[in-house]
Amino acid sequence: MKTFEKSAGFFPTFERKTGPAKDATHYCPGCGHGNVHKMIAEAMDDLGLTSRTVFVSPVGCSVFGYYYFNCGNFQAAHGRAAAVATAVKRTNPDSIVISYQGDGDLAAIGTAETIHAANRGENICVFFVNNAIYGMTGGQMAPTTMIGQRSTTTPQGRLEMMHGNPIRMCEMLATLPAPTYIERVAIGDSKHIMKARKAIRKALTVQAEGRGYSFVEIVSACPTGWKMDPVHARDWLIEEMLKVFPLGVYKDESDTRDEGSWNRRCDAFAPARVNEYLDRLKSTLGESQPVLLERDLHCKFAGFGGQGILTLGLLLSQIGMRAGQHVSWFPAYGPEMRGGTANCSVNVCSGRIGTPLVDNPNVLVVMNQPSLDAFADQVADGGVLIVDTTIVEGRPDAKRLRPVLIPATGIADEVGTAKIANVVVLGALVAATGCFPRDFCEDTLRAAIKKRSLVDMNIDAFGRGYEYVKNAK
Amino acid sequence: MARQFMKGNDAIVVGALAAGCRAYYGYPITPASEIAHAAALHFPALGGVFIQAESEVAAMNMVYGSAGMGVRTMTASSSPGFSLKQEGLSYCAGAELPCVVVNIVRGGPGLGNIAPEQADYFQITKGGGHGNYRLIALAPNGAQEMCDLTMLAFDLADKYRNPACIMADGITGQMMEVVEIPAAKAALVDHGTWAVDGTPATVGNLIASITLEPENLELHNLKLDAKYKRLEAEEVRLERYHVDDADLVVVAYGVVSRIAYSAVDRARAEGLKVGLLRPITLWPFPTKAIADLCATAASFLAVELSTGQMVEDVRLAVEGRRPVHFYGRCGGMVPGGDELLAEFRRVLGGGAR
Repeated sequence: MKTFEKSAGFFPTFERKTGPAKDATHYCPGCGHGNVHKMIAEAMDDLGLTSRTVFVSPVGCSVFGYYYFNCGNFQAAHGRAAAVATAVKRTNPDSIVISYQGDGDLAAIGTAETIHAANRGENICVFFVNNAIYGMTGGQMAPTTMIGQRSTTTPQGRLEMMHGNPIRMCEMLATLPAPTYIERVAIGDSKHIMKARKAIRKALTVQAEGRGYSFVEIVSACPTGWKMDPVHARDWLIEEMLKVFPLGVYKDESDTRDEGSWNRRCDAFAPARVNEYLDRLKSTLGESQPVLLERDLHCKFAGFGGQGILTLGLLLSQIGMRAGQHVSWFPAYGPEMRGGTANCSVNVCSGRIGTPLVDNPNVLVVMNQPSLDAFADQVADGGVLIVDTTIVEGRPDAKRLRPVLIPATGIADEVGTAKIANVVVLGALVAATGCFPRDFCEDTLRAAIKKRSLVDMNIDAFGRGYEYVKNAK
Repeated sequence: MARQFMKGNDAIVVGALAAGCRAYYGYPITPASEIAHAAALHFPALGGVFIQAESEVAAMNMVYGSAGMGVRTMTASSSPGFSLKQEGLSYCAGAELPCVVVNIVRGGPGLGNIAPEQADYFQITKGGGHGNYRLIALAPNGAQEMCDLTMLAFDLADKYRNPACIMADGITGQMMEVVEIPAAKAALVDHGTWAVDGTPATVGNLIASITLEPENLELHNLKLDAKYKRLEAEEVRLERYHVDDADLVVVAYGVVSRIAYSAVDRARAEGLKVGLLRPITLWPFPTKAIADLCATAASFLAVELSTGQMVEDVRLAVEGRRPVHFYGRCGGMVPGGDELLAEFRRVLGGGAR
């Protein structure tokens, strides 16, 4: 174990590390992590980035990255470093964020996080140490393990037919439009190491300048996992691994992207700004004095999809809200909604509403025959049952219920469009129940209908429904 | 007074904005998607972060990232998605990161369906992920509470440095009610002592849940446990409805409590002495409040959209002093008022089902 010549990117001593050796890293002799750590620490320091850097350690041998780097540190769940790094960078775009990951973490359990962070062009640096093995857990096969390479889970060597091929992450990620800079380097001979140092420095510069996502893969030795001495391990890396993992720049658009072009923003919480914004979400129906509700309404509206059943419920709800009453609206949701039938429950009550589901409505509107068949029996004794007789052929039990028969769709056609039958029904409902005054309802409709050009037609439809019932009485 | 008629799911986002939540990470799933829709609209408009993540797992780990920076952050999902978030929740609990996670519970197990259920109670209140930890769990039963309890969830999460969960159901999420839009308030919490936010001031801090030495990890667990005991002592919230003279105390939460209000009213109209105890915090559970009712109530009835989960906590509270009955529907079936009333009569009459 070698003591670093410490850059200011490292802590002076590694106090977070367990055990007595506070000057040495926990890495094995010949391991590449120490070299890569040193390159990152030096680059952070030289570029003046250390104090605003957040280093995200993965699960794997580099899980203890936070022992060493004299910057902000996160330790992430296995494979999730890129997701954590994404959030850190988005939350504070001025920070410098490093996602440091091994091959199992980045290319197996965290493949999705890796690809999608790259695909979003997160303005972060991903440093990927590829040593073709799981080190921390005891030398199992990694996604980058070479064909024929023995590991504790490929005791006969990795076979294409059994285990698939080594994954080349640089090549895969280079197909994406968003990444700015992708390079594969190695901790091999001294030339390799110089290039690696340069690549790490470049990635950090790209981020600091707001030019976008960088991915540097560092092919690195794991003498312990490979069961080799450090010298042989380095030779094997150079002779064998680099055949499968060719070094080089796979993508570099750092010169063609403008400085700052990949910076996002996240503003601090400003209550006044939020309040101003939330104020725009409030109801635009306008204030009204509370309007007395003589009898609570428990309504069910049912028909075909496209008849405006849900909207009918919403319009009554808005009238109830403006009147200062308690209101609930609940739709049958999900596939039901798409299957051609629609229904919703609306309660308008002077007191607190218990169940939002209407089991025994005192007002039922049916705009198709199946709804009459399904719900008529549920209506409370003496309840109002409004039937659109243009569409529904059946007639309800007039002894038990108060049927209101109205050719709503026919009337709507006269108004101009069958689509407005729901508003004709609303007029009929208001007339039949006497729940709220006609002019109050019309005022509410005027405020509730967003398209100004449709207001007159809606008021006409409402009025005709209302008059039809009044005249029939 | 700023009011709006809105879905429970939308009210959650209004509450989150008012609480100063700055970062939302989510993944689409019915019946929780409206939360992501509203977040996608409002968070960027207010200069906040919205990311549709590649997975529920990633979304939860993004929450870990923003939470570790001391910023209010959240995610929302429904049961199958919530299962996927357990990893990140355990890490957040271990690293003591405040955040809010919403679960609009749907029918399970497996893919189940999108109808309302309450069968994630065990998962939410007993752990869900690995290790010794608890979620602060709040159960709104209407749109206003979806908003207000979301704000409370952020406050409790910050106060205790622990993830908080909103457990609601498909009905409470999809239902529209009148919501009074709250005023945004500044969060008065100093995260400087522990957060890592990418500024020089927080360089010495560390966000991690790893503790190698068993003696230190035991200490960490005991510290968490002391926090959970403090929560149990100080943060229980519940509603009592006609329980003081009740022979039968119904225990129900979420949408079932709404059905139960109506059923209790009908029972009272018939002269039946039935009351409702509604846990608002599912964890910490109102154990003492239920135990105290053993002095006056003859029996208890837990009603849930499950095959019997919360009822176990009612039994633990009652400790065998009174009979604890259970009535549940599941798979998306929701009991009607008649059904509950019949059950009340049956229990009060000592009759078998």
